[in-house]
Amino acid sequence: MATDGTPGPLAGDLSDQSPWYPVPYRVDRRTAETADTVTLTLSPAKGTPLHPFRPGQFNMLYVFGVGEAAISVSGDPALPEALVHTVRTAGKISGALTGAAPGSTVGVRGPYGSGWPLEEAVGRDVVLVAGGLGLPPLRPVLYELLRHRERYGRIEVIYGARTPKDLVYYRQIQEWRGRSDLRFQTTVDAAGRDWYGDVGLVTARVPDIRVEPARTVAFLCGPEVMMKFTAQALEARGVTDSAIYVSLERNMKCAVGLCGHCQLGPEFVCRDGPVFRYHDVRRFLSVREL
Amino acid sequence: MRLADHRFFTGTDPELLRRWSPLSVERSYAAGDLLVQEGGPADRFILIFEGKVALEIVAPDRPRVTIQTLGGGEVLGWSWLLPPHLWRLDARAVKRTRTLELPASELRDALESRPDEGYRFLLRLLPVVAQRLEYTRLQLMDLHGH
Ligand SMILES: Cc1cc2nc3c(=O)[nH]c(=O)nc-3n(C[C@H](O)[C@H](O)[C@H](O)COP(=O)(O)OP(=O)(O)OC[C@H]3O[C@@H](n4cnc5c(N)ncnc54)[C@H](O)[C@@H]3O)c2cc1C
Ligand code: FES
Repeated sequence: MATDGTPGPLAGDLSDQSPWYPVPYRVDRRTAETADTVTLTLSPAKGTPLHPFRPGQFNMLYVFGVGEAAISVSGDPALPEALVHTVRTAGKISGALTGAAPGSTVGVRGPYGSGWPLEEAVGRDVVLVAGGLGLPPLRPVLYELLRHRERYGRIEVIYGARTPKDLVYYRQIQEWRGRSDLRFQTTVDAAGRDWYGDVGLVTARVPDIRVEPARTVAFLCGPEVMMKFTAQALEARGVTDSAIYVSLERNMKCAVGLCGHCQLGPEFVCRDGPVFRYHDVRRFLSVREL
Repeated sequence: MRLADHRFFTGTDPELLRRWSPLSVERSYAAGDLLVQEGGPADRFILIFEGKVALEIVAPDRPRVTIQTLGGGEVLGWSWLLPPHLWRLDARAVKRTRTLELPASELRDALESRPDEGYRFLLRLLPVVAQRLEYTRLQLMDLHGH
């Protein structure tokens, strides 16, 4: 999450990629996804690019004079030269990021975090459930699953947003929905008559997924209440809580397991997460206040 | 389409389904057709086998809003079971939809005359009600809002 601008000046020539210093990246493209959400495509302005990322990892994006926020990588892991992030305006820093013009520079440090355990999905049915801005952190997973389609069983994706206008990656979703080796369902909380898709929460789509529960692994990303109820719905279908993974968001500052800002029980979300086995964190999703 | 093939009846006594099957009517709706209309008599229990049905709220001062869609394996509702037996929402087919429908008054009589079956039927219907209540609560929380 946002900081008050902790990192020092951009260290463009740093070759050791110190976890503290952002590397300057140029905004090559800014694509509006919705009224408040944009996708930024970045490339190294100078110096060494960051290490390749794993699906589910995040970077700290730094806007000069404003501050730093954790943003998941939403691009294709096979194309690491283009660093892709999808950001929604929620406050000062995210607002500065969504407003970043092509040609401008942002600082990037990372990638951080554990990522989704794709190796656990091999040979199994895979369910991805995304709520709202939960789709960007899951998109790299989908790229990987489809790139090695033969390694996996059935793939079911459920994506929920507030209204049809809040759906990100609209064109790409049409492509995914057109594929026969994947079922991609979109649902919105409410809609007018011009929407021909599903209306209702993502949890309502779970009873309908066509998977073998005993050999299913599920990755959930979105608001915590949504993940909690989705996990319950999956459990009702017979998927065990150790085969369900969730991505948690906590306030972040250092992102490298030093400051304790993101602590969740014994774990640090930045270092041990943000992806956790639901079995290990379900108690935190029921805690009234953290 | 057979009653026994619908998720709602999974695990139901086959003998009961044999008795009810002759009552069921197969229907098909084109995209845009209304299955039921708010205020109209809730005279049948509708099991959706295929397609998509939008539950819509109509208010004079605002555009019609879809609050939920139902698909294959789901049932339309319970207004047919509770007095005054009037539909509380519009239900419109969003795409071609196929259903099996049981006449409400016969079904109510059957359930009343055999309370044990009636009870078991309610135990099947109650999760549908509970689930819809839960969805409504979560919708009220505006999960994806800012
Ligand atoms: C692992 C991880 C991954 C993430 N991935 C993404 C991602 O891919 N994309 C993304 O967009 N975000 C992502 N986030 C969230 C992101 O890090 C920020 O938390 C978010 O962008 C908001 O930061 P901000 O500084 O702009 O807002 P903040 O200023 O921290 O505001 C946050 C909240 O406070 C409210 N608020 C802000 N200012 C005020 C005010 N003056 N008065 C009252 N309320 C106010 C906002 O409405 C908002 O709800 C991720 C977070 C984590 C931990
Ligand atoms: S953000 Fe500092 S320990 Fe996680």
